[in-house]
Amino acid sequence: MSLRWSGPAVAGAVIVALMAALAVAGPIVWGEAAERIDAGAILQGASAEHPLGTDNLGRDLLARVLVAGRFSLALALAATLIGAAAGIVLGTLPSVLPKRGARLATGTVNALVAFPGLLLAMFTAVVTGLGARGAVLGIGAAIAPGFARLTQTLAASVAGADYVSAARMLGVPRRRILSRHVLPNIAEPLILNLTQALGGALLGLAGMSFLGLGVQPPSFDWGRLLFDGFSRIYVTPEVALGPAAAVALAGIGFNLLGDALARAAARTTVRKMDEPPAPPPEPGEPDPGAVLDVRDLTVTFPGGSTPVRGLSLAVAPGEVVGLVGESGSGKSLTAAAVGGLVPYPGKVTYGRLHLGGRDVAELSDKELGTALAMVFQDPLAALNPALKIGGQLAEVAVVHEGATRAAARRRAVDRLGQVHLPEPERRAAQHPHELSGGMRQRAVIAMGLMGTPRLIVADEPTTALDVTVQRQILRLLREVVAETGAATLFISHDIAVVGELCDRVVVMYAGRVVEELPADRLADGAAHPYSRALIASLPDLDTDRTRPLAGIPGTQPAPDQVGPGCAFAPRCSLATERCVTQRPELVAHGPLQRVACWEVS
Amino acid sequence: MPDSSGLDTPMTATGTRPGPASGAGRRAPRRRTRVVVRRAVRFAVSLAVLLAASFAMIHLIPGDPVRTSLGPAAPVELVEARRAALGLDRPLPEQFVTYATNVLSGNFGTSFITSEPVGDVITARLPNTLALALLATLLALLAGVPLGMWAAVRTQNGRNRGSELTFGSVTGTAVAVPEFLYAIGLVSAFAVGLGWFPPAGKAGPITYVLPVLALAAGPVAMIARIARVETLRELGKDYVRLARAKRLPARRLHLRHVLPNTLTATLTVSGLLLTSLIAGSVLVEYVFAWPGLGLKIVESITQKDFPVAQGVILVYGAIVLVVNLAVDLLLGALDPTSAIREQS
Repeated sequence: MSLRWSGPAVAGAVIVALMAALAVAGPIVWGEAAERIDAGAILQGASAEHPLGTDNLGRDLLARVLVAGRFSLALALAATLIGAAAGIVLGTLPSVLPKRGARLATGTVNALVAFPGLLLAMFTAVVTGLGARGAVLGIGAAIAPGFARLTQTLAASVAGADYVSAARMLGVPRRRILSRHVLPNIAEPLILNLTQALGGALLGLAGMSFLGLGVQPPSFDWGRLLFDGFSRIYVTPEVALGPAAAVALAGIGFNLLGDALARAAARTTVRKMDEPPAPPPEPGEPDPGAVLDVRDLTVTFPGGSTPVRGLSLAVAPGEVVGLVGESGSGKSLTAAAVGGLVPYPGKVTYGRLHLGGRDVAELSDKELGTALAMVFQDPLAALNPALKIGGQLAEVAVVHEGATRAAARRRAVDRLGQVHLPEPERRAAQHPHELSGGMRQRAVIAMGLMGTPRLIVADEPTTALDVTVQRQILRLLREVVAETGAATLFISHDIAVVGELCDRVVVMYAGRVVEELPADRLADGAAHPYSRALIASLPDLDTDRTRPLAGIPGTQPAPDQVGPGCAFAPRCSLATERCVTQRPELVAHGPLQRVACWEVS
Repeated sequence: MPDSSGLDTPMTATGTRPGPASGAGRRAPRRRTRVVVRRAVRFAVSLAVLLAASFAMIHLIPGDPVRTSLGPAAPVELVEARRAALGLDRPLPEQFVTYATNVLSGNFGTSFITSEPVGDVITARLPNTLALALLATLLALLAGVPLGMWAAVRTQNGRNRGSELTFGSVTGTAVAVPEFLYAIGLVSAFAVGLGWFPPAGKAGPITYVLPVLALAAGPVAMIARIARVETLRELGKDYVRLARAKRLPARRLHLRHVLPNTLTATLTVSGLLLTSLIAGSVLVEYVFAWPGLGLKIVESITQKDFPVAQGVILVYGAIVLVVNLAVDLLLGALDPTSAIREQS
């Protein structure tokens, strides 16, 4: 457990500590004052002597509020313990009972959880009669279903763990699994949730007493004091505000602390962010023929992590450039940077980022929205589950071109047909979940065709699809490029797919381009040791199946741990002293090929 | 997952589900019908349990409820006569059948105190309670959802830490204050102190203001918190990236793409919220002397008027069940994937 001591959590802890101190010391210090009857000071408002006024026997209300803390908290504690005990028993029943009984127990818990606690409390109060006992039992009954649900959920999550499965396979009885494996592992979150329940119980009991259904005189808790004070609210409102403030403060304190504790029970650590360093941009000669022209693109994240470092590339109209590399090489962030979609707090700097000869920063949303088509890995995630396919396509035309809904819809159906989606009319009226994976990816591509795409950025568009569907989508992409003449940046970790689809291949390693070459030279012309290792790791028909697949030993350095030399040097068999200390630049290596390596150039 | 049920479920599943031959288009509505039927069955079962519980309530009271109600000084003949009138001298199963038949035909018995039919009390007071609860729910949704979405957009990916902290503390505090304290605070400030609103009673639209505000204050904060978390989750999804790539205006992105996807969770919560508001209205009605069911139930419990308490609790319970059923069905219609999620 890692409890984050944020402001609210500290405030909550302080209030709860004060309440605990009050419960211990209150009756000792003010006990006598709270009971001192003064016939001369009956039903007074606030005065210097009695800051909160006096009650119908002339007793000081401030002292009574301070004394009532112990009883209020004690009742809340009792109700919480009753509720938690009952809830935990009810919640563990499904894991010990036979199947039918378990289902009944689960159903009961589900039905009870839906019932407002106050209703259950009132039911109990009717049965047990008025008084503190009835109220405590009632609030306990009100707390129990929530605890039962929590126990059930937690127990179910632990039940899937390997050690429980192992115990079950070894024939350990269910009861023993529960007591030895399940309960100890869910105890912490249950205990952490007690604080919140305690706060709820306190407020619930105050409510019952306030209605006259809880604590009865001569006993008094905060709710009862509020009940007495409320009848005088038109004459001396301050007498009601004292107990009200006490209840509110206690409720807030327990809730704030309980919130922090409950969250600590299921915390994932979040890293701290620092200010990013800004690297200097240095533009070179613009490439007039290219649709996409990128020079010195750098993406930094706070904390010194730089996943993309000084990347340059250009894509001509109708050209498909493959961007390959292992996971974490920075290829997807490159795609995101080109689309202006790098998530906060990432910072993008560039010497030049031109789309169609103009800086993307100068392009309007309308121009970018219609000129850029993006295709992501998971088409189900990329489509809005709540909107119909046709509507999601049509909105580009509606928003950016002011098309009427009918015209936009006609175009959407037309584009769906263009990507060979069968029955485009019907599909347009369906939601994403009604389509297969391949159809969804076709719909996403069709969405990119709604404008006049000049650049298509496809980030692993076939990775999430079946092999046969992959082929169809690749064929479709090639067809779309041929029809529209759009420049295409195709990102993939699969060098075989890239070799098949692309005209040119750019190999990335640790945020930098290490090699650039025509796709048809990939098989035998790759020069960089990393590119060669990537290709060698591909099995083909000639691969000796009796030997293990060739992998690349070692791992890519993390984006914040790249040294001064060649990032691949630690894994490279050709590496020398120079490779470790000095970084090789990307230089020409024969026609149409460039490579960043000291040893081959 | 190694589960004892893991072996037989796939087989029964393939037996009952339509085979792969039927088209995807035809499968969806049939699946939806099945979900509706199952919900209806669950509702009927819960209603039966509720009826049994409210019947049992009277019999769970230690001793004789009539004697408890009339007090130890009441003459034996009166107690016996009242017992006979209530049918309490009959065997239990017979009593239950009579009770169930009566309730289902709208006869909830008569008050011990006023001899009024309980059914009349309920019909006179239920609309007042429902009006409060519905208005408060509406206010909570209309104020809470935009507030939460705004906070999410402002604080996404950890920007504006200050706003996040402020939002968290303010809503966290607001959620923790119970409705009756809001009610007392509002009464003392705006009714007793400033005299802008009447302090109690129901007479015209102006008397609704304070009770509805008191009832909605906590839920606004709660809905805002949920809406923020839901919005943050949606903002991180790929379809939002794609919508951003389409360069949609922020308004369209948030209202048309993100909002509908956050509504499932928000509506589920507001269903629970409505039911808890109906219960919470007990306290608020008490503060404002609002002529609703809540005030009546407090009176009846204090006066040991058991038929009234029994009838009102039964009605409250039935409302909870109806609201939950309605939310379930509404969700099924609104969110096309929820019915399928239910299946898996």
